Amino acid sequence: MSDTNQSTPAVKGFLAKHGVLERSPTLLFVCSLLVVSVGGIVEIAPLFWLENTIEEVEGVRPYSPLELAGRDVYIREGCYVCHSQMIRPMRDEVERYGHYSLAAESMYDHPFQWGSKRTGPDLARVGGKYSDAWHLDHLIAPRSVVPESIMPGYAYLLDNPVNPEYVADTVSTHRFLGVPYTDEMIEVAAADVMAQVDPDTDSYDDLLERYPGAQIRNFDGEPGVSEMDALIAYLQMLGTLVDFSTFTPDASR
Amino acid sequence: MSSNENKDIDEVTGTDTTGHSWDGIKELNNPLPRWWLWCFYMTIVWAIAYTVAYPAWPMVSKATTGLLGYSTRAEVAQDIARFEEANAEISVQLASADLNVLNENPELLRYANSAGAAVFRNNCSQCHGSGAAGAVGYPNLLDDDWLWGGDFENIEYTVRHGIRNEEDWDARWSEMTAYDDIFSNEEVDQVVQYVRLISNQEHDATLAAAGEGLFLDNCAACHGENGMGSRDLGAPNLTDAIWLYGGSVETLEETVRYARFGVMPPWGERLSEAEVKAVTAYVHQLGGGE
Repeated sequence: MSDTNQSTPAVKGFLAKHGVLERSPTLLFVCSLLVVSVGGIVEIAPLFWLENTIEEVEGVRPYSPLELAGRDVYIREGCYVCHSQMIRPMRDEVERYGHYSLAAESMYDHPFQWGSKRTGPDLARVGGKYSDAWHLDHLIAPRSVVPESIMPGYAYLLDNPVNPEYVADTVSTHRFLGVPYTDEMIEVAAADVMAQVDPDTDSYDDLLERYPGAQIRNFDGEPGVSEMDALIAYLQMLGTLVDFSTFTPDASR
Repeated sequence: MSSNENKDIDEVTGTDTTGHSWDGIKELNNPLPRWWLWCFYMTIVWAIAYTVAYPAWPMVSKATTGLLGYSTRAEVAQDIARFEEANAEISVQLASADLNVLNENPELLRYANSAGAAVFRNNCSQCHGSGAAGAVGYPNLLDDDWLWGGDFENIEYTVRHGIRNEEDWDARWSEMTAYDDIFSNEEVDQVVQYVRLISNQEHDATLAAAGEGLFLDNCAACHGENGMGSRDLGAPNLTDAIWLYGGSVETLEETVRYARFGVMPPWGERLSEAEVKAVTAYVHQLGGGE
């Protein structure tokens, strides 16, 4: 048995050796893996060092514990199935939703909520667009405010209390994933959950110092911290961290 | 089995073989069709040219920018600028226009109304409804009943600063008292029945009569002695058949006990000057403009 081709002695040295690969499944597997990973190395690896993909933008901060709890509710309820959080850099999107999303705005998202389908509108900049009362009415019974909506109701979020201890665990998990929460932030995370729904809280200024731009108020109008509070707190901060009156996008990016 | 010939022609087909032989089975060397092969080479050339023309190769700190200098951000900025430029003249005109005399300029009026309709659908319809008929707790903008005033100046102010929001210091502000802790259960009933009386609804005359004093002492400061409301305070007229939250006994009791606090976000920051004017003009012409 032979795989040689005497007519092309010039390429015999290297190319003629493919028989070695073809006769060893292990070697073939390892070499295929190497070839396939070239695509990943060329397309994915540079994203971790290229300046334009790791642009840092002023104002972006980790989620406050209550916002993080709301984000968990958002993911659990599958909001991303119908709502994207990524305003694409196109004129019509910018006209409708506001400044296109920056990569930095989801730098603390694990996992990101860009989404790929819009049955409902994009939510990347929904923060501050509607009142808390509207969000409450809309989440309880979407058709009470938007008759043509096909969104399901989430009234039960009002009855689900948020357990601050679990939220503190979520915060430390996010630090494990690389979000720069400090020891102090994790220590007081449970207290911060309670503080963010209480406009009269003693730690108002501390909370704002830890999470600049955080909105502190009773989001659902009911006593206690419900998942409704958390979700509305999350929705009301979406896209509000970057001040686009001072941010100038680098056109080369 | 090895072949020492330059060409190892398969006897049956008369075709050259590749020289590969597996347990005596040889592989015919049928060349790819030329057209296919050339197409393939062209895609390679195209790919290389593409990476030269467009941003592609990752380098140390950034990717090659490409000879065409393309960037998504620059393109969208250009696109936006192109439309802004096209509308610049009329937008500037609208931004500084006196809306009270907008009717005298049909072209500007048409622009304001269609731009305003777009702004309304995108930003206002979620609360006020896509047809502007409102919802429970969110005012109907089609009628001539206004909480804060329905002339151009007032609508524009409301759009710009919003109502009872924390973002804008100039937001319209008033706050109804919650009477749950102030009135006894009986007094709540009496005031509710009095409101039913002045709004010409079925009521208990005895309770209503007893509620008049309470109304005058507690509610009249904002809603007026005759219950006609006050636009300075955004206090609704209670004598007409238009209800923001509802005029049933149950709803009125809820309102008296726990008060209402409708919030509207400020739009002056989100919308451009021309957009504020446009949506003001649009809302004004919906039916109730004064």
